[in-house]
Parts: sequence; C-alpha cells; structure tokens
Amino acid sequence: MYQYIFRRILVFIPMLFALTIIVFALLKAAPGDPYSKILDPDLDPSVLEEAREAKGYNDPIPVQYFRWLSMAAQGDFGESIRYVGRDVSELILSRLPNTLYLGVFSLFVTLIVAIPIGIYSARNPYSPLDYFATGFGFFGLAVPNFFFGLVAIYLFAIQLGWFPSQGYISVSNSGGFGGFLDRLHHLVLPGLTLGLASTASYMRYMRSEVLTVLGSDYIRTARAKGLTERTVLYKHTLRNALIPIITLFGFEFGAIVSGAVITEGVFTFPGIGMLLLESIGNRDYPVIMALTLMFGLFILVGNLIADILYSIVDPRIRYD
Amino acid sequence: MEKTPILEVKDLKTYFYLEGNKVAKAVDGVDFQIYPGETVALVGESGSGKSITSLSIMKLIDKPGKIEGGSILFSGTDLISLTEKQMTKIRGNDMAMIFQEPMTALNPVFTIGNQIMESLRKHQKISKKEAYIKAVELLKIVGFPRAEETIREYPHQLSGGMRQRAMIAIALSCNPKLLIADEPTTALDATIQAQILTLLDEMKEKFHMSILLITHDLGIVAEHADRVMVMYGGQIVESTSVERLFENPLHPYTRGLLESLPSIDREVERLGAIKGIVPPAFNFPKGCRFSDRCPYAMEECHQSNPKLLEIETNHQARCFLYKESV
Repeated sequence: MYQYIFRRILVFIPMLFALTIIVFALLKAAPGDPYSKILDPDLDPSVLEEAREAKGYNDPIPVQYFRWLSMAAQGDFGESIRYVGRDVSELILSRLPNTLYLGVFSLFVTLIVAIPIGIYSARNPYSPLDYFATGFGFFGLAVPNFFFGLVAIYLFAIQLGWFPSQGYISVSNSGGFGGFLDRLHHLVLPGLTLGLASTASYMRYMRSEVLTVLGSDYIRTARAKGLTERTVLYKHTLRNALIPIITLFGFEFGAIVSGAVITEGVFTFPGIGMLLLESIGNRDYPVIMALTLMFGLFILVGNLIADILYSIVDPRIRYD
Repeated sequence: MEKTPILEVKDLKTYFYLEGNKVAKAVDGVDFQIYPGETVALVGESGSGKSITSLSIMKLIDKPGKIEGGSILFSGTDLISLTEKQMTKIRGNDMAMIFQEPMTALNPVFTIGNQIMESLRKHQKISKKEAYIKAVELLKIVGFPRAEETIREYPHQLSGGMRQRAMIAIALSCNPKLLIADEPTTALDATIQAQILTLLDEMKEKFHMSILLITHDLGIVAEHADRVMVMYGGQIVESTSVERLFENPLHPYTRGLLESLPSIDREVERLGAIKGIVPPAFNFPKGCRFSDRCPYAMEECHQSNPKLLEIETNHQARCFLYKESV
C-alpha cells in the first residue's frame, strides 16, 4: 500500500511540471500584456517599451518561463502590477483564508445535506421525499450559480433582510466568538450558492450508489448472516457506496478554491476568486499565473488525496 | 424417518406485486418437511420459484415481494410470526444460506476473516481473539491449508471455488441446524463442483445439519440428495425419494426433465426437450400450470389445477393422470 502511495506521488511530479508549462503557455498565447491597457495619449510609447524591457517581457519565451519557474519554485511569484509594491504571494495569502472558509463551509453543508438524503432516497425509492430530492437535484444542477446567487440576494438579503448581501465581515466586527458568528452569518448565502450544484450531484450519486449496493449479492449475504439492518447499512453498504463518491470529492477539493470565482463575484466576497476576476480585468499577469497554477495544484492534490483514500477504502486497488 | 421435522413449510405463498396491478405468484402453496440429517433437493427450471422458496424461508423477501400466507415452522417456531429483530437471531445462527455466485456474494472491501468473525461475534458472545481462533479452525475444516494467511486476504484474491469454501465457512460458523444451498455450484467448473458438493456432504455429517439443496441439475440430485421435490410454476409437482424419482417418475414434467438428460443405459437419436418455456409467474395457464407444455394434457387439465396427492407410498405427484390410482 505504501508502495502504491509512493508511486502515485511520483506521478504527481511530472503532472505538476506539465501544469506549469500549460499555465505559462496559455497566458503567453493570450494577446496583450499589462501595459497594453494603458491608453494615455500623452504617454510616449517608448516609456511603456522601457517598462516591458525592464520587467523582462521582451525576453525569449523559454527564458521568461524558466525565470518564472525558478522563482515560483522558491515561492516567489513576483510583484503584482495592479497593486504596485505588493508581493503576489502575500496578496494571495491575504485573500486565501476567506475563500477557504467559504469552501469548507459549503462543503460541510453539502455533505451534511446530501449524504443523509441520498441514503434515505435509496432506502425509500419513489417515496415523497425521494421525489422531492430528485426534483431538487435537477433544480440544483440546472440553475446556474450566479442566477441562484442573485435570487438569494434579492430574497434573503434585500426583501427579508436575514443575511448580508456582500462582504465577508461586518465593519463593526470586533473578533472573539461574536466575530466568528458574524463571519458565519456572511458565509450563509455565498456558501449555499456555492454548494448548490455539488449538493445536487452528491445526492444523486449517493442515491444511485446506495441503491446499487443494496441490491448486490453481498448485501443479501450480509442479511443472511443475521446482521441487523443497521450493520448492513452502515458497515457493508456505505463502505462500498462511498468508493465512487471519493472520485467526486477529488474534483470538489479543487473546486473549493477555484469554483468560488463566480460566487465570490456575485457576493463581492473578497476571496481569491474575486482576486482572479480583478487580475484578469487588469491583466495582472503575475497574479493570474500564480492563481491558475494554484487552482491546478489544488485539483492535482485533490486527486492525489482521492487516490490515496481509494487505496484505503478499496482493497482491490491496493494490490494492483 | 418418524422424527419431528426440523423445518416444516405449510402452504407457503410468496407473491410479487408488479407494475400494472400484476401479481406474480412466485411461490403458491408449497408444503414440505425436512428432517434432521437429510439432504432435500428442490429441483426446477429457472423461474420455477425455487430460489424464492428458499429466500422466503430465510424471510429475505424484499419489496415488491411479500409472504402472503402459510407457515414456516423451524424447530417448532413459526418464522412468519417473528419480528425482523427475532429473525436476525435465527439467520446465520440456526439457519444459514450459501448462494449461487461466489464471485459476488462476499463483500469485496472486507477480509475473509472479518466476514467470518462478524457472523461469529454477532451470534455467539465471544471475544475477538476467540472468534479469530474459531475462524482459522473453520477455514481449515473447509479446506484452506494456509488458513492463517487466508483469513487476512480479500475475496478478490481467491478463486471462485475458494470463495465458495469461504462462504461455506461463514455459513457453518454458528453450527446451523439447516443449511440452505441455493445452486451452490452452478457458477463453478465441473471439477470444483464435485469438490464443493463432497465438502457439503462431509460438513453435513460433521455438523449434524440438514441441507436444502436447490439446483436445476438432476445429476447433482442423484448423487447428493436423499429426497427430492420437483417444482414448477411456484408449486411442488412431485416429491419422493431420489431412487424412486429416477426409477419411476410420475409427473410428465419430471419425465421431461429426465428425458432431457443423457444416459449411458439408453441410446437415443436426440435428447428429449420440454417444448415451450416456463410461463411468467403473473400469467400461469388456467388449470394445471404445466398444461400448455404437457404432452399428456387432457380436457380437465385445462380446467382445474390438480392437487399434490400421494400416488404411492411416500411418492406424491400433482397430476390428473393418476386420479384413479389414489
């Protein structure tokens, strides 16, 4: 098993390397650079050219890539162009906690809601609650995030006034437990918006997996052994039904960070999703590259975790 | 054999409620007894209701199926009246079952040892260590020479025959009085089949249990059973000792089954086949359920369903051909 995990980590390294090439190439392929947005007619173009020269934008692309890579490997992604004088890594780190709070909150709600309902639906197929859950599943998958976010803001923030419509914290937040509750209060609407689609898909997956497993021969064996329904469900069924859910979790793990771009935009929630949107608008290359690389890294790490979890849960993978 | 039967099934009815208000009478009025120490075979084609009979005895019928009537007396207790909780104390303990598909009947994510010990720990108040010792012993009995290693292995590391042995070890773990073997060798190669059946015969002696052997293979019946019941259309159509059945089959369906077997003694151009297929359980013909396939069908066969009557001593058949001989 350790050998499997070790091999899996070895594979991770070339993938990460390939990721850096793709991120870099994509950005270089996009037209323009940070200075092409400056349209001041009084500005002498030679000034911009000098700035390009100084920042190394005129060097051959491979040189630029290796310079970026060697600095990135040391955790140095350069300075932001928009926020002059601020390190990219420092900028990202200042926003990252907000996004993580949002992602973890949303994932937590998703799992708490989706897994029990999925199990219930599978055990009571075609019951009223199952039909309701199915309907909700289609709704969750069909309604786009930004639309649901806007409706939620209109209903729960503007009309009912239950939750704040934007931001991550109140101006009056003074820390402590009250401050924590204030943060949670700000997380509710964006968190639910972010979790809507994944709740729907986890629920559908869970239902179909549990239903399949409950109909399998080894569940009949477990019942024939005289095990109680509880043991049959929580030991024999869940362990098998969770195997495909882990794959989904591998993707979702990356989405905790990157999937929040639109939601954060709708709720003007100052996380890294917002930062990405701003940076794209400003052609803030160093920030865009660092963020894209980070999103890719999170997806890779998510899949790595999923594969390791697989090998723990499913013995058939371990011995391959 | 004038002992009290270990299992007495009376007028068992298990129906399935299908879409469109169709009712499939998968088991429709089955009576039989199993005495201590005997192997009783239940024979029939696919769809005759033999597996549903066995699952009904275990009370493992799931929706949309339901046991609609009759009684299942097991060591004097009527299982029908027991709650699910009381049933869990009987299943796997006094009454155990092994299945057709050893490849899928074991849970792929737990070790063989875990799955044997689980049953032991559920029914017997023993420690983990005692359960482990017992599990190793059981694996040795059913023919695993390296039991200490096998106990840590997962089902996918074993072959089909070995998995069926492991299933048998699980089934035997609590010394059941009755073992229901639902087509235990259908999915295995011929050589492995013989080994598993011989193992079952040995285990029957060693553990003093009775076996209800469900099969569609009359060859297995001839070698391993004491008595045999032939099932068709959710009902027993003939019931007698194995010797009698092969010497003098009464029911036309049984005759058809026997004629479809190759035999060393008789030389034939073509093996016999019963025309047609088993009718679906929601659409039996009126009258005798075999009437539309029966070469001897008479007028009254299409009118009413004959009863299972004792035609000769210890030999019952459900057929109008023997009306006079009763």
